[in-house]
Amino acid sequence: MADTATFSPSRRFVIAAFGIGAAGFAVGCTVGGSEAAGPVTLTSLGDYVRVGSDNTITVYLRHIEFGQGVSTGLTTIVAEEIQADWSQMRFEHSPADNAKYGNPAFGGMMGTGGSTAIFSSWQQLRAAGASAREMLRQAAAKKFGVDASEVLLVKGKAEAGGKSATYGELAAEAAKITPPDPASLKFKDPETYEFIGKERDPATGFGRLDTPDKVHAKAQYALDYHPDGTLTALIARSPKFGGKVGSVDDAAAKAVKGVTNVVQISNGVAVVATDFWAAKKGRDALKITWDDSGAETRSSDAMIADYKKVLAKPGQEARKEGAGVAGLKGAGEVITADFEFPYLVHAPMEPLNCVIEYKPGESATIHSGSQMPTGDQAAACAVLGLTPAQVTIVTMLAGGSFGRRATPDADLVSEAAQIAKALNGKAPVKLMWTREDDIRSGKYRPMNVHRMTARINKGAIEAWGDRTAIQSIMEGTPFLPPGTTDFSSIEGSNDIAYDIPNISVDVHLVKNPVSVLWWRSVGHTHTAYAKEHFFDVAARKAGKDPVELRRTLLAKHPRQLAVLNLAVEKAGPVPAGKTRGVAVHHSFSSYVAEVADVTINADGSFHVDRVVCAVDCGIVINPDIVRSQMEGGIGYGLSAILGEQVTLKDGAPVQTNFYDYPPLRMSQMPKVEVFIVPSTEPPTGVGEPGVPPIGPAVANALLAATGKTYAKLPLGAKA
Amino acid sequence: MKLTINGKDQEYTGEDDRPLLWYLREDLKMTGTKFGCGVAACGACTVLVDGQPTRACVTPAASLEGKKITTIEGLDTPAGQAVQKAWAELDVVQCGWCQSGQMLAATALLTATPKPNEQQITDGMTGNVCRCATYHRIRGAVARASEIMG
Repeated sequence: MADTATFSPSRRFVIAAFGIGAAGFAVGCTVGGSEAAGPVTLTSLGDYVRVGSDNTITVYLRHIEFGQGVSTGLTTIVAEEIQADWSQMRFEHSPADNAKYGNPAFGGMMGTGGSTAIFSSWQQLRAAGASAREMLRQAAAKKFGVDASEVLLVKGKAEAGGKSATYGELAAEAAKITPPDPASLKFKDPETYEFIGKERDPATGFGRLDTPDKVHAKAQYALDYHPDGTLTALIARSPKFGGKVGSVDDAAAKAVKGVTNVVQISNGVAVVATDFWAAKKGRDALKITWDDSGAETRSSDAMIADYKKVLAKPGQEARKEGAGVAGLKGAGEVITADFEFPYLVHAPMEPLNCVIEYKPGESATIHSGSQMPTGDQAAACAVLGLTPAQVTIVTMLAGGSFGRRATPDADLVSEAAQIAKALNGKAPVKLMWTREDDIRSGKYRPMNVHRMTARINKGAIEAWGDRTAIQSIMEGTPFLPPGTTDFSSIEGSNDIAYDIPNISVDVHLVKNPVSVLWWRSVGHTHTAYAKEHFFDVAARKAGKDPVELRRTLLAKHPRQLAVLNLAVEKAGPVPAGKTRGVAVHHSFSSYVAEVADVTINADGSFHVDRVVCAVDCGIVINPDIVRSQMEGGIGYGLSAILGEQVTLKDGAPVQTNFYDYPPLRMSQMPKVEVFIVPSTEPPTGVGEPGVPPIGPAVANALLAATGKTYAKLPLGAKA
Repeated sequence: MKLTINGKDQEYTGEDDRPLLWYLREDLKMTGTKFGCGVAACGACTVLVDGQPTRACVTPAASLEGKKITTIEGLDTPAGQAVQKAWAELDVVQCGWCQSGQMLAATALLTATPKPNEQQITDGMTGNVCRCATYHRIRGAVARASEIMG
């Protein structure tokens, strides 16, 4: 099976992206008018490009910037085709509007996720830039009295016959030009690229567009938005998943200085106060009796035991090669291991928050780090009885997300709207989640168990079985086509690329009240670990070198093979005193291999010293951002496998904050070297694909030294 | 009560136990200092108090009478300027939320130890969490800032 023909969201997203691309382009070419913004006139040349009389070029982002670099990457695509000078380029989040800014990879709904920003925008933004460029050329020809073919466009200026004009000077006239027929657009020859694929250069200022404001603390996030009179709200939620408010005694809370309101909403009790500290004291003073009749009451150990019972029976089939599950019986030796993965919290550094300014019956304006702006808008409309035209979503920079801000149920905005409604719009309301709320309130990477089985015969892996028990992330969301298996539970398992004659992948979707959500790289967070670590276990059982066996069994998958070979080559020989592990994985249409060099100390503690990463993500828009996403993905994935877990006791989370949900720190961060495979394939995602291989690469390094299978995560402190 | 923040005197009249973080962010609208955990476990709220890195989320504003408080908005020492320059040169930031605290921690480190070795950089910075895991570049940027300082 070829990598590109697998059943995975990546593949589905590719089809959707290129299928709807033409329509997306058509709306991208409508020309808006000009508006005055102080002394500057802003002229739209299509829905994605705005040129100011001050000669700035602003690209509207339909994707949120939360660290992954889209504010630079998407802007680069336009800058290239419009022939800009980099110093002209600006970015702004687009308004909430599916018709103009829907993500074709999300079926036309606005959303950031699935590592889709660049590849779903590539054709569209090239066209938007090229279209604006030709309109500017026509405007210049008219102004100079020459034929358009004589106009030279270079670094944000038009020149012909000794005359010159900036784009800013031409914008108003360009807006009157009929946009060119999309089919007539010509794109730049990659040989002449000035920005795409180019390295960051501090000398010329070519680098991330969000850096200066972030370094000088001028960047504005939702939590920084604080209009005068803002009231701050905190919510007391059920300690157990599925619990409801029984009765409330709010006398002590209301007695706290600064507390203005206590209101019950759908999932808890909100304390509203003049400032955070008063709201926190007020919430601490609430006395709530919870109704746990519908709540989860098990502990996570008991839940894992229940998951393992389910695994005794076949689940929904996700892949069958050869004899499938029957192939696991036969000649040779059968090995099996249950891989246990805990609940994980996204824990973005900026805790969830938003600010709602509500005028009853008239309007609402919501400042939020919104990953699904039109979904948030719809939720606010439903609560407040307003139309989408009355609800403005202002998407702010977000302090990380890793999936947490993309909630199909719009939990954050729905809560805020309920509070605003209860207060009848008397003041702006800032709803904040504390870190404890973040760690303890769900939307976790689902806990799951993979039962891995292999039959080894005569030095070969003759059969492979991967059966998972997991809660579904996609069920009940608009992203799962009816009648299909939840792809997010099996992605990375069912498209195992190794040429093994008998393969069986199946899944049990279990239900419980703990809420779950996509977490950076989604299903690949566990499927890659189970596949790649168990592969090493099986290869060693077969008496083979795991890297050599991968090379043999990936012969039909040249892109996986190429990243594997590049990473191994660049890693060089294993340093004395260290142990090494290797993993390779395909996710979100990109290919990544990682080599981890690990020191195991005499007391059994270990440290990941160095990671060499090779990535193939098609055409590279910005190599330094690709590197930064691989570095960050490696750190994020390593953090999870070393120490992160939420466990439940009697249905309630045990962990509370960073002291018992330990994030990776600098002392644990390996040196990282990233190598990029040159490619002319369409660009694919980099936000997530760096995460999956690091866990199994480290586990394989430990296995190489100790002979143990590392089937229970997190790994903890000792090898 | 008088607090000195970035060289400017401020009159604090709030609650005795209210952390400095909320006074900075809500009253003074100085939002460069960030909220991350509320329990001094992540360093996003790091400010300098008489040059020492201090967690504003657990430090009552009322405990700082007569002290010199420096936030990211007032980072104008040679070390602070070098840190910001190095951070920009290396494009350290991703989401950016923790970076005020990281830069304040780096400034304190370089002020005390202008030529830190690798271990000293790790020791000086490991209290500051970055979920984007920009640690690899932070290491490089601290070293670069040290070079810029000469």
